Amino acid sequence: MTKKRGDTSVKKIRIFFHSIEEAFKSVFRNASLSIASISCIAITLILVAVSVILSYNVNSFTSDIEKDVTIVAFLDKEVTQEQIDEIKTKIANLDNIATIEFESKQQLIDEMKEENADLENILNQYTEETNPLQDTYLVKVENIETIGKTAEEIENIEGVSIVKYGEGMVEDLVNVFDVVKNITYIVVIGLVLVTAFLISNTIKITIQTRKRQIEIMRLVGASNSFIKIPFFFEGLLLGALGSIIPIVACCYGYMYLYERFNGQLFTPIIKLVNPDLIIFNIIIFVITIGVVVGALGSYRAVRRYLKI
Amino acid sequence: MNLIELKNVYKQYSNGVTALCDVSLEIAKGEFVFVIGKTASGKSSLIKLLYRQEKPSKGGVFVGGINVAKLKNRKVYKLRRKLGIVFQDYKLLPNLTVYENVAFALEIYGLRSDEVRRKVMKALEKVGLKEKFKSYPDQLSGGEQQRVSIARAIVNEPKILICDEPTGNLDPKTSLEIMEIINKINEEGTTVIMATHDKEIVNKYRKRVITIEKGILVNDKEKGGYFSEKD
Ligand SMILES: Nc1ncnc2c1ncn2[C@@H]1O[C@H](COP(=O)(O)OP(=O)(O)OP(=O)(O)O)[C@@H](O)[C@H]1O
Ligand SMILES: [Mg+2]
Repeated sequence: MTKKRGDTSVKKIRIFFHSIEEAFKSVFRNASLSIASISCIAITLILVAVSVILSYNVNSFTSDIEKDVTIVAFLDKEVTQEQIDEIKTKIANLDNIATIEFESKQQLIDEMKEENADLENILNQYTEETNPLQDTYLVKVENIETIGKTAEEIENIEGVSIVKYGEGMVEDLVNVFDVVKNITYIVVIGLVLVTAFLISNTIKITIQTRKRQIEIMRLVGASNSFIKIPFFFEGLLLGALGSIIPIVACCYGYMYLYERFNGQLFTPIIKLVNPDLIIFNIIIFVITIGVVVGALGSYRAVRRYLKI
Repeated sequence: MNLIELKNVYKQYSNGVTALCDVSLEIAKGEFVFVIGKTASGKSSLIKLLYRQEKPSKGGVFVGGINVAKLKNRKVYKLRRKLGIVFQDYKLLPNLTVYENVAFALEIYGLRSDEVRRKVMKALEKVGLKEKFKSYPDQLSGGEQQRVSIARAIVNEPKILICDEPTGNLDPKTSLEIMEIINKINEEGTTVIMATHDKEIVNKYRKRVITIEKGILVNDKEKGGYFSEKD
């Protein structure tokens, strides 16, 4: 009994490998057609890989600037220590607050002195009472997209005179990146669908050229899945083969660019993401998309054109 | 129960042609049955019901314990695995060798390769084509191609061998050779049902003969001959 069951699973494994072998044979037998589909997949996947690399970089860049963006809340000149504490509590109670840091006008002066030796003499003239600067709270937000609203709320607190943050500029930048990202997603999804359609066409043609073989397989007792699975694998194989060139090209290309530009783009502000951190993800992502595209295409072809 | 049973079978094609009309018959294990009749009488239609190429419009078709009329499309392979089928046009794959054409029928079973080799060579030996196992179909005569297709049909040792005019494209001498092979397969225990036009063969072998005329079973005779009732 056990032996028999073991026997059938060995047979299933042989049948499985037979299907894979058939898929390989078919890819090589229809070489020109296969090359055409593989090229289409490769082009799509190169674009996919490029947009993945781009989106990693955009994400890292936006989170970099998000970290730097600070709301500076200048307090009224006459505030008492009590009020200063009260304002802090009020700010802390607002939504979207990440950190709050107090900087007194004296600290500010000291900082300025340190930064610029020439200013030091001038600034030394001021006493605690004549200091023209104001105490400030430096506030960082959790979500940069609603920073405007948060700034407004802080400004409405009594004892806060002016609020400053790179108004407009920050949001605009974030919005532009969002638009770019969405367009990339749409383009990639479109390409994936077009490529799946092309693969489906390739599989359709292999199905048609093997009408006779399929007919005979039916006659000698092949089950539907035995007939269909090799075609399905053929799509997967085309997808996997199509992902080799994009992976090699994009990974090496990006590593080269990264070295070439010393890890930054034009200015030190725009830091490139270290390839070591993302290459594994890119490989997985590209292969997955390739295989999914292949599977979608062959599934469609088998459903539509292999009427058995 | 008989190996093959038809109960009041009707077959009407979608274009309205009635190919079979109230056909009932039983075939026991080990029998050899000729199905004869003029062209368009419904012989192939009857054969096609047996391997579920067509479904009966009405009536029951039972083959090897399977109710063919109720068999779902995706279960057809279970029936086909009990059968060997031979056609007039051989249905070989031109890009495969003789050996590969026969082994093709075993691929679905996931056998060990030495088992496949043993079975294929045994089948080729039975049809007397062992030496040509490396040839391609277009390097063979019609008779030899038909031997390959018979080898493919019997390689998995089916209970039933179904033949639709296996000698239809062959000259009389070759036809007799092919018939000799089929007869030998029957003598080894396989049930054979064979549609044919070949008067000479039917009269020579004196098997059970079922005659169909315009879709109606008009004669069913043990040790019958070609149109024997009229001769
Ligand atoms: N798929 C089909 N669709 C419509 N009509 C069909 C189909 N197959 C056969 N027929 C019709 O059914 C009738 C019987 O055909 P069948 O092929 O069974 O005859 P046959 O006895 O095998 O003839 P032959 O000796 O020429 O092979 C014929 O009139 C034929 O035109
Ligand atoms: Mg016929």
